[in-house]
Amino acid sequence: MRAPSSDLPIKFQNVTLRARGVVILDAIYASFRAGKPSVLIGPNGAGKSTLLRAAMGLVAPDDGRITWGGRENAPPDRRAIMFQRPVMLRRSAAGNLRFALAAAGIARTRHEERVHQLLALVGLQGLGDRPARRMSGGEQQRLALARALAREPEILFLDEPAASLDPAATKALEDTIRQVARSGVTVILSTHDLAQARRIGGEIIFMNRGRIVETGDADAFFIHPETDAARRFIAGELLT
Amino acid sequence: MNSGQSALTLVLTADPALIAIVKLSLTVSLAAVAVAAVIGIPFGALIALTRFPGRSGVIVVLNAMMGLPPVVVGLAVYLLLSRSGPLGNLGILFTPQAMIVAQAVLVTPIIAALTRQTIEDLWSEYREEFAAMDVGPVRRVLTLISDAKFSLVTALLAGFGRAAAEVGAIIIVGGNIEGFTRTMTTAIALETSKGDLPLAVGLGMVLMTIVVIVNSLAFAARRAGEMRAGS
Repeated sequence: MRAPSSDLPIKFQNVTLRARGVVILDAIYASFRAGKPSVLIGPNGAGKSTLLRAAMGLVAPDDGRITWGGRENAPPDRRAIMFQRPVMLRRSAAGNLRFALAAAGIARTRHEERVHQLLALVGLQGLGDRPARRMSGGEQQRLALARALAREPEILFLDEPAASLDPAATKALEDTIRQVARSGVTVILSTHDLAQARRIGGEIIFMNRGRIVETGDADAFFIHPETDAARRFIAGELLT
Repeated sequence: MNSGQSALTLVLTADPALIAIVKLSLTVSLAAVAVAAVIGIPFGALIALTRFPGRSGVIVVLNAMMGLPPVVVGLAVYLLLSRSGPLGNLGILFTPQAMIVAQAVLVTPIIAALTRQTIEDLWSEYREEFAAMDVGPVRRVLTLISDAKFSLVTALLAGFGRAAAEVGAIIIVGGNIEGFTRTMTTAIALETSKGDLPLAVGLGMVLMTIVVIVNSLAFAARRAGEMRAGS
């Protein structure tokens, strides 16, 4: 049974998160609202993945607070995440989807119908019986996206969804992401690929060294970045 | 006729004494593995998935118990089941049941230790996805055991190999009574000491053949399962 209230907005209030003494997120203030996609960009180690995990509720902040629709302890049944390197369960593609549907508490009578819909959505129709771990990297990424969507989430987090894909597979994945966003799911995505960030559009959140350096509409951000760090990142310079 | 030819004749003519010994050996070892699996798989999974003070010590002890000396286990089970022992009232000393108990004691740590390692490795792979999918604890355990089943077959095979090959424990608690508690390994030891090499060699051939067949079947089943599951 779904919670009736929304998990949006997700608010970070002065959130700091450390791992073995190293600050990963540093006094983050952010608010994610319903609507157009939010795209986290920044170099490796900027804290993008950790911020997504914290927003998903997988890691708790050391300081500060995160709220989902005003609640501090919102169960993650309205949120889903696709990791940069998704792990497929040792079963068929359809078996992976059935597992996610069952875990999300979706009635068994709906499983087969949903499996067909999800496979079609990500362009894997006819491959339901294929062992998931034997699929190509691109197919596994698309299956991971379908598995995340099996939860029928209100918010979908995507951590570097196309990091290891070729251009054709990247385009197919981005087309699906746009389709999902148009269907009303709030997409929050991280990438270090500037071209991908431009293509997805929405709101850009530029991070560096655990901090949010600049935020803004994608068009404005890429044409007129306000900070020196953002200008240098867009220009392809190494940030220290 | 030399020992080898005599042994082959015994095997090919399905000598009743030899068949009875083989049957008892398989019954005892398979039953011991079944008992050990019922205890060892959940125990190993529990240790893999829980964190508690002294866990590392438990793992070290469990791993060490994989090398339990059979004669020591035989002695311990003998003391437990002997008339004056705490379980003496069961009256099963020098019966196949006592032999199953002894072999189960030997095999359980092997299955538990290998299960613990297998489940822990798979858990480290699945942990984050399970958290993201909000998978409950019961479903986690069942999924891990199900997805690790082909690796667990190897653990069961290791257990069966240990049970089928050991002689020290069952000769102490079974007594090597002809027609009642005599198994392949105890018979081989006895017949060799008596100088009846044909029966000893014949039993050795059967024992080796059984071990190879069981392992081949398990290997084929594992390979077919892995192909289907894509692991």
